Amino acid sequence: MDRRSVIKAGMVLIATSVAASIYRPAGAALRVLSGGNRWHAKETLPPTPVDPAVRMFLSDKEYAQVTAIFDRLIPADALSVSASQAGCVVFLDHQLAGPYGQGSNRYLKGPEQAGTPSQGDQSLRNPAQVYRIGLAELEGHCQQAFGSSFEALGAEQQDALLAQLESGSVQLGRLPSEVLFKQCLANVHEGFFADPVYGGNQGMVGWKMIGFPGARYDYRDFLAQKGHKLEIIPVSLIGRI
Amino acid sequence: MTYKRPKADAVIVGLGWAGSLMAEELTRAGLDVVVIERGPYEVTHRNFPPSVAADELRYGARREALRPPSVQTLTFRNHRSQTALPGRDLSNWVVGYSVGGAGKHWSANAWRFTPADFTMATRVKERYPHMQLPEGLIVQDWGVTYDELEPHYDRWEKIAGISGKAGVLNGALQPGGNPFEGSRSAEYPTPPLERSRWNDLFHATTEKMGLHPFPIPAGTLGAAYTNPLGINLAPCTYCGFCGFYGCGNWSKSSPNACVIPALMTRKNFTLLTECTVLKAEKAADGKTVTGVTFIDSDRNIGFQPADIVIFAAFQFDNVRLMLLSQIGTPYDPATRTGTIGRAYNFQTMSYGFLYFENEYMNPFISTGALATQVDDYNGDNFDHSDLGFIGGAGILALSDQATPMGMTDRVPAGTKLWGSEWKKAFQHSYQNYAKIQGQGTSYAHAESYLSLDPNYTDDNGQPLLRMTFEFNENDRRMARFVRDRIADICRQSGAKTWEAMAFPDQPFSPTRAYDSGHTIGGTAMGLDPATSALNRYQQSWDAHNLFVIGASSFPNNAGYNPTGTLSALTLWTAKAIINDYLRQPGLLTR
Repeated sequence: MDRRSVIKAGMVLIATSVAASIYRPAGAALRVLSGGNRWHAKETLPPTPVDPAVRMFLSDKEYAQVTAIFDRLIPADALSVSASQAGCVVFLDHQLAGPYGQGSNRYLKGPEQAGTPSQGDQSLRNPAQVYRIGLAELEGHCQQAFGSSFEALGAEQQDALLAQLESGSVQLGRLPSEVLFKQCLANVHEGFFADPVYGGNQGMVGWKMIGFPGARYDYRDFLAQKGHKLEIIPVSLIGRI
Repeated sequence: MTYKRPKADAVIVGLGWAGSLMAEELTRAGLDVVVIERGPYEVTHRNFPPSVAADELRYGARREALRPPSVQTLTFRNHRSQTALPGRDLSNWVVGYSVGGAGKHWSANAWRFTPADFTMATRVKERYPHMQLPEGLIVQDWGVTYDELEPHYDRWEKIAGISGKAGVLNGALQPGGNPFEGSRSAEYPTPPLERSRWNDLFHATTEKMGLHPFPIPAGTLGAAYTNPLGINLAPCTYCGFCGFYGCGNWSKSSPNACVIPALMTRKNFTLLTECTVLKAEKAADGKTVTGVTFIDSDRNIGFQPADIVIFAAFQFDNVRLMLLSQIGTPYDPATRTGTIGRAYNFQTMSYGFLYFENEYMNPFISTGALATQVDDYNGDNFDHSDLGFIGGAGILALSDQATPMGMTDRVPAGTKLWGSEWKKAFQHSYQNYAKIQGQGTSYAHAESYLSLDPNYTDDNGQPLLRMTFEFNENDRRMARFVRDRIADICRQSGAKTWEAMAFPDQPFSPTRAYDSGHTIGGTAMGLDPATSALNRYQQSWDAHNLFVIGASSFPNNAGYNPTGTLSALTLWTAKAIINDYLRQPGLLTR
């Protein structure tokens, strides 16, 4: 095969590609892109701003439980408002109703088998189920142990129980307690530091607490100010939608 | 329904760095090229502009730019006595899922390997004739040398607009660069990035210790630049949304920004998107392949015939395609025979995590490749005679971590991770935390390999790839040595507290935070068909019109990120195809 015949063959193929497209169904054919023509990419849309007035997943009881848990994980103090005041429960409620909560990106084929710690979480539970099961079991445990719901306990008692959940030293029921704890901690951190467009981090309180400037895209003007405190006002994606 | 497409001169599986560079070479040589890409076509201004890209929840936490495990994952076990189980969640297996592949979301650390990394078997014989390597360790030459690859490294750096400072130019040492690097024929196309505060501290500390700090080569561009394909690229703005993100600035080197715009103009280039290649088809003679079978977005099965087939998918997908196509002999660890899935290797990490006082690191001023490195303990840059291992690590102060969600546990060891105590600690450490990475070499071992899983399948019903991997004794010894060198630097750095660790001190797990995503080998290139799947041109020993390009070809990994080397190897193979194979199809090692 010399180059000339390759080029010649290539030209023939271009001529025949129109006829060949007859055999291709429309959907896939649209996704065939040819050099010399315009290529169209599907658009990646910005996130839809969360409406805090709309409840998506949590029941009123679950909402109260999560509020109590989150506000001990990120309490109100001199550094910031609490997690729920920052919108972290709203954030979670919307996340659990979406693809993340429903585990749509997880590999869920069986067989389900217990593995070694190196093999990672093998359960087929999604995050929404962790909350639904875990919060019900937490309520059962609290009623049995304290005769009261978690959200009605004092802050010290709540903290002591959260520490037990974290270490896995308390038996809730089917769900290992540290799984519920880890899930809550990961999500409250997400809510506190995610862009406000997702419902948490309202007023960019999380970003302001640590000095992260948010969705900025150019720091060249600050390169020379190494080691200095920079008072950069953070920005959210909301301003761009 | 099934259908057959018109025959192409070459079909390429995957449009990441390897696939796009190969397509650029072959179309420029006049071949009619079809690329089949699993993900959608994506372009900067529609898919990851600044108004969309700067979103840590979407791309850093939920990792929307990556292929989800629900589509395809791997199964994993540490030892072959165990049952491998699937990775169900996102992990360190970071695979692209759009045009551009992993080259869209990479962190853009843009390295060349050292000359010794390609010839370690010969090197050990010559320099360390009495060294006892652990039983089962696989050390073999690549069959290609640094000098042979140098022009191709240079070409790739120019296409990508890599920023950096030469340390050795045409054999002469250059101040400010890496004195240990293989000799370069040209300076980097764009100047090095401005150092961060942490880079400065590390630079001063290591220089005082008699080490040789230099700015790492970065695919985050040091200046506005027009590449040899006529494409304009922009200067990096240090926004820090690099690894896991598409760059909204045209300032991170990627196939999307640097190569694909040229392919779009070529009439002999066709791209099938949202099509998954299932396997290559073998010819009746058993010595060649006839093309590839794929499933399209309508779930119809297509066949793309071609004279030349090139696998340019992600490393483990290349290996899996070889196994699914039944080309070559799968590796059997019991008999230590077969080559497909053999010589699997990785990246052996060590770390120092440091906490200063009264600093303003301003970590948000960052890029995925903003780092100052010392190579004094990398590769074979130091005498291993009495050390009992080969290899080493690049030791670098990496300013690539700024977005808060991924940093909430960056507080001194023992700090509670919630409550007011954590808030105070995190507020403090956000400005005072720094990390030193020891990015170490990895050598393959007879007990670590890739194969098809007998139990679990992907969304097309094909077997998942099964990974059997554990760190070996050589890499363990190396990592502990590197950890101690990192500790030396931490001690001198002025940090208030720090911890240094060698990752092989714990069993390998794909879910471990801060471990590498550099999964390497499995279809090694080499000089002997008994121990390599591919010859020195990345051509299958078993089907001469099949080439497999990517980090899957590396028999061992260097103490560097793999992208620069897999790109140079791609251009080396393209040259062999164009100058030699087209004239006389057959094994190029004839």
